[in-house]
Amino acid sequence: MDQAEAQEKIVTALKAKLKSKSKFYFNDLSGILDMKPREAKKFINKMVEDGILEYWSSGSTSMYGLPGTGKQAGAEHEEK
Amino acid sequence: MAKHKTPLLDQLESGPWPSFVSDLKQEAAKRAKNEKGLELQIPKDVVEDLLGVLELSYKHGKTHWKHGGIVGVFGYGGGVIGRYCDQPTMFPGVAHFHTVRVAQPAGKFYSTEHLRKLCNLWDFRGSGITNMHGSTGDIILIGTTTPQLEEIFFEMSHNMNQDLGGSGSNLRTPADCIGQARCEYACYDTQDLCHTLTLEYQDELHRPAFPYKFKFKFDGCPNCCVASIARSDMSFIGTWKDDIRIDAEAVKAYVGGEIKPNGGAHAGRDWGKFDIQKEVVALCPTGCMKYENNKLTINNRECTRCMHCINAMPRALRIGKETGCSILVGAKAPILDGAQMGSLLVPFVEVNKDDGYQAIKDVVEGIWDWWMEEGKNRERLGELIKRQGFQKMLEAVGIDPVPQHVKEPRSNPYIFWKEEEVEGGWTRDIDAFRKDHMR
Repeated sequence: MDQAEAQEKIVTALKAKLKSKSKFYFNDLSGILDMKPREAKKFINKMVEDGILEYWSSGSTSMYGLPGTGKQAGAEHEEK
Repeated sequence: MAKHKTPLLDQLESGPWPSFVSDLKQEAAKRAKNEKGLELQIPKDVVEDLLGVLELSYKHGKTHWKHGGIVGVFGYGGGVIGRYCDQPTMFPGVAHFHTVRVAQPAGKFYSTEHLRKLCNLWDFRGSGITNMHGSTGDIILIGTTTPQLEEIFFEMSHNMNQDLGGSGSNLRTPADCIGQARCEYACYDTQDLCHTLTLEYQDELHRPAFPYKFKFKFDGCPNCCVASIARSDMSFIGTWKDDIRIDAEAVKAYVGGEIKPNGGAHAGRDWGKFDIQKEVVALCPTGCMKYENNKLTINNRECTRCMHCINAMPRALRIGKETGCSILVGAKAPILDGAQMGSLLVPFVEVNKDDGYQAIKDVVEGIWDWWMEEGKNRERLGELIKRQGFQKMLEAVGIDPVPQHVKEPRSNPYIFWKEEEVEGGWTRDIDAFRKDHMR
């Protein structure tokens, strides 16, 4: 799988779930890619670097989401 | 005149101990005066508002903080924790009040110059409030706004050779004791190992891909000054293989009262003459020491490295020469579910600087591979070990079981063999069986 294909899979899957969920655990993403965590991490890191995904952290737990989705971005005045 | 009235907080100052309320008031006054004439980048009255919101929380009996968010610095998934006040109109100074975790140097050695630079930066771009080495161990800078984060990170990483620490589902900022820099008990160079692994695992520290938090802590000896056995998912505790070195002359000097026991500590009252039998030999948990005919002997094979005798008579007893570390896994110290201590995984491993600590890295990476694949979301390593079993972990990381892994005599009398461990497997020739056993 190349980066573009991985990105396509992730974006499609995350968009499909947007109505009920905007933040995803790393395990959810590696599950979508059907890869072992370490392998999936390379693709996911690149997606964060390219701005396709963004981190969300509660302080103790980290999650991933599509930029600008979910309540947080608007509610906390974090628009870029 | 304070911005907000804080009668409940003021009451806290009346106790016998130093009060954080007094500290905050002092900082609030310092910011109000701003004697250095700094162009303060976040509201001047941030500390006043912090006191105000805390007073309100005390009054309401509930928090007015929200935590979590997308704030961070580019490329890092940790190091910054978003915090927001849910009463931003009443307390605009703390509407955004993010926490920045800064990696502490190994052994927490830094120069006053470095500390001053950090504090100056934080006075300028943050609230000026710090929490040095709290339960996370790192340098915590409390309270700044989102636009300041990249500025702070740039200044730290470009001009101060300073990185952010870990937060979220990351490797957290590794912590170690002062080690061989100042302590003769240290069985390995904790600072070098801690620093090396911190640099090696930058990706794990800054880009979250673990099921939950993961902590390394390095203790140079079993005194465990950084409490790694209780607080880290992977704990490295210095130990030795050979015998405790005994200096018979120094033992005599302790017995004769020429050397003060316990390195002169606990000297606040007169405990009477040092009694080696009562204070050392009888307190040995395995009873492996004897003091007969003015001679101290130790049955080293029974020693469990409790450190008591060495602590009591440091000039007479010294750690062995063949040193390394033990690796324990699975500790956690949560408030809600109760604490869990680490379990011994590797009884002894050489801490070999020359090969870049390869033996240790192999264990670390084996554990991570297993936990990343099998761990549920928000499940610590210790919980996974409990759920799947210690044996499962040993199989996953390729470590053979050894007697030291056994905690207690087993309570389950059955042995569950695997098919491949049994000659012939689970299938059998029924005709051969019937030759000896009639239907």
